[in-house]
Amino acid sequence: MFRFLLRRLAVLIPTFIGVSIIAFSFIRLLPGDPVALLSGERVMSPERHAQIMHDLGMDRPIVIQYLDYLWGVMTGDFGRSVVTKEPVLRQFLDLFPATLELSVCAIIFAIVLGIPAGIFAAVKRGSYVDQTLMGTALVGYSMPIFWWGLLLIILFSGMLQWTPVSGRISLMYFFPSVTGFMLIDSLISGQEGAFKSAISHLILPTIVLGTIPLAVIARQTRSAMLEVLGEDYVRTARAKGLSTFRVVGIHALRNAMIPVITTIGLQVGVMLAGAILTETIFSWPGIGKWMVDSVSRRDYPVIQGGLLLIAAIIMVVNLVVDLLYGLINPRIRH
Amino acid sequence: MTHLSAEPITPLKGVSRKEQLSEFWYYFSENRGAVMGFWVFLLLVVIALLAPVIAPHQPNEQFRDAVLVPPFWAEGGRLSFLLGTDQLGRDMLSRLIYGARYSLFIGLVVTTVALVGGIVIGLIAGYFRGWVDTVIMRVMDIILAFPSLLLALVLVAVLGPGLMNAMIAIALVLQPHFVRLTRGAVMAEKSRDYVVAAKVAGAGHFRLMFRTILPNCTAPLIVQATLSFSNAILDAAALGFLGMGAQPPTPEWGTMLAEAREFILRAWWVVTFPGLAILITVLAINLVGDGLRDALDPKLKRS
Repeated sequence: MFRFLLRRLAVLIPTFIGVSIIAFSFIRLLPGDPVALLSGERVMSPERHAQIMHDLGMDRPIVIQYLDYLWGVMTGDFGRSVVTKEPVLRQFLDLFPATLELSVCAIIFAIVLGIPAGIFAAVKRGSYVDQTLMGTALVGYSMPIFWWGLLLIILFSGMLQWTPVSGRISLMYFFPSVTGFMLIDSLISGQEGAFKSAISHLILPTIVLGTIPLAVIARQTRSAMLEVLGEDYVRTARAKGLSTFRVVGIHALRNAMIPVITTIGLQVGVMLAGAILTETIFSWPGIGKWMVDSVSRRDYPVIQGGLLLIAAIIMVVNLVVDLLYGLINPRIRH
Repeated sequence: MTHLSAEPITPLKGVSRKEQLSEFWYYFSENRGAVMGFWVFLLLVVIALLAPVIAPHQPNEQFRDAVLVPPFWAEGGRLSFLLGTDQLGRDMLSRLIYGARYSLFIGLVVTTVALVGGIVIGLIAGYFRGWVDTVIMRVMDIILAFPSLLLALVLVAVLGPGLMNAMIAIALVLQPHFVRLTRGAVMAEKSRDYVVAAKVAGAGHFRLMFRTILPNCTAPLIVQATLSFSNAILDAAALGFLGMGAQPPTPEWGTMLAEAREFILRAWWVVTFPGLAILITVLAINLVGDGLRDALDPKLKRS
């Protein structure tokens, strides 16, 4: 297992270095003067320009600049936003819990509905139930989620007035952020109705962000189940006279879950990409909206730092999924 | 998803191309959804090609007296604007019809660029192996480390917003999948007897790569190309929606949605129809993709 970890890391580290080179060089590839882009100052005298260039260390050789950047990244220095002048890392850490909370809810939503749907479709293969479920899954898989979000807003916020349109909690509640997770913070605050308000704000974004993972998980569960249900040991279990519930729920499901777990792990990247759209639609103050806002404000240090941080998160999660997978399925390790 | 296997689809002696095609159609047509998707897709192509003939109005023509007119069946709707008009008094139906041109064009160009680029790079990596392969695959890993939409968004921030740049960004992001597939298939095929035979017969690198090996790797590539086609349309629409793709007044479906966003609670039709158009197009292509996968995947073929 340790060697497996080392092998994985051996691939991961060069990839991370490559990602950091991309993040480092993208500012220098932009049309325009990187000094002006990084400092956010448009008009400046030649003296001021030289001063900033020196302050940013941009008068040194490019390799030294890169190593300096890499060292900064390792020590948690991702530069400062040119708009708010705040450190990029602090902004990221402030906003990340919102995205994490939304993503966790969305993935739970996707798993809780997707796995049973997939199992059911596999057991009833070829029936109308199967066709309906898989047809729905394909629609979900093909869904432009930014439009799906707008539709849900029209229906539930506009016509039915059940849910709020945007934000994480109603403005009438105010309490200190302890964990950064609105559901937990609102519970701790003890204010009446705060928790309910947090949930009602979370419902639509969760559905929107969870739709594509839900469809993918349902399809994957069905095909994994079908494969397993054809195996000899399932036939043996049936022949022993075990109930369908035991055969499907215990014998088949455990083995069918292995590819499904990988699929769930792969959804992390999908979620972070989906968060860009979902958070924009619902004005959800997370890192997806932060990135979109930074791109439209041309806040390049933020784009640079955010790009690297998001890629790093995805790489770490993929590593964890790989390790878990190796743990469940020893064949992979070799 | 089912694993795509790379079994050679070497035509047997005496089996003509026509027979191959009819065999393929036999398997493909067993999937009713796929056939339906195929016809819908064909219809969309026809609509896109004939847009100037069938669209009732010009896509950018503004009717000052008809701002936010609802569809004809709703109260206040007019027959001259079947699906209503938008906030600038432009005919929704005409814009949607012209929008089909953009979406299909985007899908076609992006997929072609990603496919051709991916095949060439993948062939080189899988054929030559060694350090060339290592470098290429590391670069692909790096591209795949980013969520595709994020990378496309940042690339567009670098290149500047616009349809062309959005297409370049999406092609770049989709291309590693083709590299991986091609490389895997090439590596599996390379040591087979027919390749060795061709090599012994004196075929050069170029011939071996493109004439001998490549035709036997096409099945998974075709399936991936279909997936890329729908992904390209979705991502381009998403970029348009974020204001980073096609710019107004282009009747691109994602851009139309972005423009209509502020009217969602007042005029449902300006939001509903462009999204529905995206969904139908992407769904049709994905249905075809599923059918192709089943028809081309020899593992699932019942002999």
